[in-house]
Amino acid sequence: MADDHKGRVDELSGVETTGHSWDGLEELNNPMPSWWLYTFYASIVFAIGYMVLYPSWPVGGEKDHLKGTLAWNARDAVNKAVKDAAAAKDPMVKKLMATDISAVRNDKALARFAGRSGKAAFGDNCAPCHGSGATGSKGYPGLVDDDWLWGGTLEQIQHTIKVGIRSEHDETRNNSMAAYGDDELLDKTKILNVASYVLSLSGHGKEVGGDIAAGEAVFKETCVSCHGPEGKGMQKQGAPNLSDDIWLFGGKPADVIATITHGRKGLMPTWEGRLDEATIKALAIYVHNRGGGQ
Amino acid sequence: MENTSTMTLEKMIMSLFLVVATLLTAYAGLNALDNIFGVSMFIMATAFALGVAAIVTGKFEDTDTEYYNYSVVKAGVIASVIWGIVGFTAGDYIAWELAFPALNLDLQWTSFGRLRPLHTSAVIFAFGGNVLISTSFYVVQRTSRARLIGSVTPWFVFWGYNLFIVLAALGYVFGVTQSKEYAEPEWYVDIWLTIVWVMYLVVFLGTLMKRKEPHIYVANWFYLAFIITVAMLHIVNNAAVPVSFFGSKSYIAWSGVQDAMIQWWYGHNAVGFFLTAGFLAIMYYFVPKRAGRPVYSYRLSIIHFWSVIFIYIWAGPHHLHYTALPDWTQTLGMAFSIMLWMPSWGGMINGLMTLSGAWDKLRTDPVIRMLVVSVAFYGMSTFEGPLMAIKAVNSLSHYTDWTIGHVHSGALGWNGFVSFGALYCMVPWLWGKKEVYSLALVSMHFWIATIGILLYITSMWVSGIMQGLMWRAYDNLGFLEYSFIETVEAMHPFYVIRAIGGLMFLIGALIMAYNLWMTVKVGEEATETSMQPAIAPVAAE
Repeated sequence: MADDHKGRVDELSGVETTGHSWDGLEELNNPMPSWWLYTFYASIVFAIGYMVLYPSWPVGGEKDHLKGTLAWNARDAVNKAVKDAAAAKDPMVKKLMATDISAVRNDKALARFAGRSGKAAFGDNCAPCHGSGATGSKGYPGLVDDDWLWGGTLEQIQHTIKVGIRSEHDETRNNSMAAYGDDELLDKTKILNVASYVLSLSGHGKEVGGDIAAGEAVFKETCVSCHGPEGKGMQKQGAPNLSDDIWLFGGKPADVIATITHGRKGLMPTWEGRLDEATIKALAIYVHNRGGGQ
Repeated sequence: MENTSTMTLEKMIMSLFLVVATLLTAYAGLNALDNIFGVSMFIMATAFALGVAAIVTGKFEDTDTEYYNYSVVKAGVIASVIWGIVGFTAGDYIAWELAFPALNLDLQWTSFGRLRPLHTSAVIFAFGGNVLISTSFYVVQRTSRARLIGSVTPWFVFWGYNLFIVLAALGYVFGVTQSKEYAEPEWYVDIWLTIVWVMYLVVFLGTLMKRKEPHIYVANWFYLAFIITVAMLHIVNNAAVPVSFFGSKSYIAWSGVQDAMIQWWYGHNAVGFFLTAGFLAIMYYFVPKRAGRPVYSYRLSIIHFWSVIFIYIWAGPHHLHYTALPDWTQTLGMAFSIMLWMPSWGGMINGLMTLSGAWDKLRTDPVIRMLVVSVAFYGMSTFEGPLMAIKAVNSLSHYTDWTIGHVHSGALGWNGFVSFGALYCMVPWLWGKKEVYSLALVSMHFWIATIGILLYITSMWVSGIMQGLMWRAYDNLGFLEYSFIETVEAMHPFYVIRAIGGLMFLIGALIMAYNLWMTVKVGEEATETSMQPAIAPVAAE
């Protein structure tokens, strides 16, 4: 073990070692690479410069710090960005608010503005339930067809978005499909029969296996007040059309029986307050344009 | 052996400690308020009781006929390989889950949220931790020409650490977490790890103090910095108040933005001192050893050691750019991250330049190739890190897959490859074999894993930058161009590529496990002269 601090000269590199050896490991006495050292210095100079320009060391009192010569701070920067973005949209937003919703389509630029605004709002707020293409899924209505629960005119859609369905909004749209089985309003046979009748309206009655005629009698007694004498529904009460073979909670016999037995209470939140009025208006136009608007 | 009397004292103290610990945990287990806490306490009590039994029946007698204590190092090597495969498998599984969410089986225990900490802890703490413990026990002995102190204590560190991993994993799968990234285990697991870690420090430092070399080898500086700093980080970040001493739930002592800052001071330096300092120590022993060349520059090693240690500890705030963290803190985090670039690269230069005069070995020795490529990945990710810490870059990269890609170029390329290289060196040395069973299989491992890593990081670069650009894209009327779900949809193909890359990395590790197993089983015995590292060790006195 050599510890006389006299290194040997390494034959391959011609560089002296430090003279120590651990488990046969030695170290060469090479200088630090100058490019490395100068880049290190440069990064320190950059860092100091950055700390001079921007808020840095917490000195000058308990809650104080150096403000930096640029006097930049993140809160002001983001406030300004938000303000600028709003100001850029402001003329079109004002115009949208001042225009009657059904007249927006007559102004090409305004219609495009509303469409883009609605698309952006739909993607981040509505798509999680109604789907990116607004086609819906079980429990969440599709918005591309002409089958509307609460009405498909521009005004009706706008109102639905604003107040929601069974939401906490004071004017929310509300109704209830009773749980005829759970609450023992109808026995199992009657439920089977009425499900057979309901499905027969769209030509699938025989798949259920109940007595369609007996079901019709139950329907006339129990269901017509909301769904109408022909099962065509009633938009004023949000009662769905049962004859068009479009089903919110599934149209298989088991689904329909489950709906009658347990009732259904879908929920759509109110968007008033979460989205501004102009955005709700634009959203209504966007949804109306998906294909089913009336 | 020397000091027979202190050995006995060590065993008495250890036995006494374990008996008390058995009683305490059994008592806590009997009074447990929740199931996981109860099960954890009984696992601990059983482990402690087994420990006492092992001491009393003489299982830790010094039967090692060698000058050095290799048996605990061997145990660490075996644990490293096993945990590595567990961790890589968990990681690749959740990568497939991200591509095809149905793979979470709709069960809470196999959901991404539960398996993700299982993956990160299994690879960092279980695989990485066992690699660090076993290599540090090997390196400190060889470079100090001193046997590990104690006969039971090194085993306590090994078994105690692996008990920590089992307890942590149990919590992850069953939903016991304090919700701190890379520090998810609850208070009772944290306390246990603290005890184990202090004993680790005692064994390492005690051995170092007994050294028969006048100077401390550079690898040991890095190991020591790693052990001490991780102890400090662990204790401060996990300061918590348990709701009850008989239940798993606790509340962290810190709150609000202070908690966030302490969490990322911890999180960043877990990378800095666990995954950087500790693995640089591995590099400083195994690269020169395998290459048979001296370390390139002693001066560089001093300067880059102290500059890494001093600067790394400040850089944590870059994880919290553009958050509620005060601007001044963010500035300092970015400034120190930039200054950290060259100190990190000092290690890369020293590692790569050590090869000068031996570059031909890259062609002939796949183990050297693995070690050198690990250093290259280290250099790449320590350049990428400061780059991503620049606020303008971070505003694009933050919360995207770019971060995931960055982490994995470091974790798979640097930590993984340098560990594999060290294992391929150590297994033949420890088991007295001439060379690893098959260098051809090492080469196969190298290529499969390298291609896997490249698929992983390139897909995450594309996916991450695309994701960041889509998030910030506005149309000419000032509306967001894409909804969030559209960005998720766009990432799908890259998730598949990433999962394939991860699978290749896992296959490589399985090849390694087979190769190492065969080395131990049928490897050619080393002759007295060829045995041990390429450079013959200086005879002990």
